[in-house]
Amino acid sequence: MTNAPVIQAKGLGLTFQTGDGPVHALKDVSLSVAKGEFVSFIGPSGCGKTTFLRCVAALEEPTEGSLTVNGMTPDAARRVRAYGYVFQAAGLYPWRTIAGNVKLPLEIMGFSRQEQQDRVQKVLELVDLASFGKKFPWQLSGGMQQRASIARALAFDADILLMDEPFGALDEIVRDHLNEELLKLWAATGNTTLFVTHSIPEAVYLSTRIVVMSPRPGRIADVIDSPLPKDRPLDIRDSREFIEIAHRVREGLRAGHSDA
Amino acid sequence: MSRLLPVLSVVGAIVVLWYGATIWLNAQWTRDQAARAGVEVSFSEVVAQSFNQDRPVLPAPHQVAVELYQSTVGEELFGRRGIVQSGSLSNRSLIYHGWVTISATLLGFAMGTLAGILLAVGIVHNRAMDMSVRPWAIASQTIPILAIAPMIIVVLNSIGLSGLIPKAIISAYLSFFPVVVGMVKGQRSPDAMQLDQLRTYSASQLQTFWKLRLPASMPYLFASLKVGVAASLVGAIVGELPTGAVAGLGARLLSGSYYGQTVQIWAALFVAAIVAATLVGIIGVIERRTLRAMGMAH
Repeated sequence: MTNAPVIQAKGLGLTFQTGDGPVHALKDVSLSVAKGEFVSFIGPSGCGKTTFLRCVAALEEPTEGSLTVNGMTPDAARRVRAYGYVFQAAGLYPWRTIAGNVKLPLEIMGFSRQEQQDRVQKVLELVDLASFGKKFPWQLSGGMQQRASIARALAFDADILLMDEPFGALDEIVRDHLNEELLKLWAATGNTTLFVTHSIPEAVYLSTRIVVMSPRPGRIADVIDSPLPKDRPLDIRDSREFIEIAHRVREGLRAGHSDA
Repeated sequence: MSRLLPVLSVVGAIVVLWYGATIWLNAQWTRDQAARAGVEVSFSEVVAQSFNQDRPVLPAPHQVAVELYQSTVGEELFGRRGIVQSGSLSNRSLIYHGWVTISATLLGFAMGTLAGILLAVGIVHNRAMDMSVRPWAIASQTIPILAIAPMIIVVLNSIGLSGLIPKAIISAYLSFFPVVVGMVKGQRSPDAMQLDQLRTYSASQLQTFWKLRLPASMPYLFASLKVGVAASLVGAIVGELPTGAVAGLGARLLSGSYYGQTVQIWAALFVAAIVAATLVGIIGVIERRTLRAMGMAH
């Protein structure tokens, strides 16, 4: 079990039929992600990075190839709560408190009342929001709202975390802070994490592996293993290794762009 | 206090304009009377008489105010048939007639709101209903209510329903539509991301409705209810017109117009306006409380 890939895509393709003819959102994507990895997907808009994530979450149906999550179809994996999904916007319900928002998936999944409370408490502590449970979303900053939405994705103990540009709407300083927090969280939970981003430093800082994608058709241009140690202070971003990886990512992005 | 002054200024301006219009519209009758009697009337006499005719074209504000007082407080407290002396509301009082209309309004509003919500839920969750019911709901509102009200009354009367129920149905006919429109829009207000998120939890349609669509539609619902309750009142009054009803604000309007009792008509109109403003105000209060309790108003 330990060596079996958590996510395995083979020759994955997804073609949307539109009025202007077919759009190849994904073409021939093969990738396997092992347990506990932190994999970032980076690329320009339309490269299929979000589409790939949505396929893993069974929000899109691939038209070619195969995709398994924990050895199951994505649909089956969803039903056994294999993953938590964090969207671009926090998407908290304004009529629920922070604790109420984190509780939402637990209510839907039918956890007992006591267990709901325990879990909410636990994950709010994990994202440093324990004292904000009774606040309403509008009383929190954007960064705190996004942390609450991460807590919500973690509440039901999924061992895969899918994150679609979760910090894209936040400013640089908040983003740095949340990146640091996210690494701590990842170390604490050991979740397999798939992370979509536009930001090269963010991708390099967070990941054990970086998947560079290019558009039309959306495909993988390069896969870079990060030699950075697991323990990463923010100033690792000034180190030579960091800059070298960032350079390679940039090269990959440029190559993908020129032949498109 | 800062809000009182502009409100009072506007009310003052309206009263001044109204008195002006009273002279303009009623003077002719005074002059005709004088000409018939062969006497001269000065302008000040014309003005004085314009304010105090028995059946003016346009009653002066103070005449309406006096009629309002006499047909509510005066009639009930001091009248022979008032509640103080007879133990029941007088059939000459606007309190009695107002209540008859309000009860039909509230019943019709409740029916219309319920029907509106149910239809909206059906429209949002069922494609066939979306295609089939929505055009009919829109078409229903293009038919003049004055044309259809007598038919509803006649049809229902023939199956033994009369009095409150037919009026409430006409009232519901007018009030369900804004509720349908608002609730459909409200239930569709959650964006694709929020719906995707519930899919990642494998939430059922029922859970999506209770957890997301229904709470998200509350602000839309209240906006619709305000329109709906005013429409309900109009429906109840219109429902009283074609029946030769003996009670209700509509009946007062009708009998007032039969006998040229313009003062009575205006007093009934004012009661209707006050009732409408009060009902809309009550819904506004419930709206504020509900949304605040939901954390959506701040």
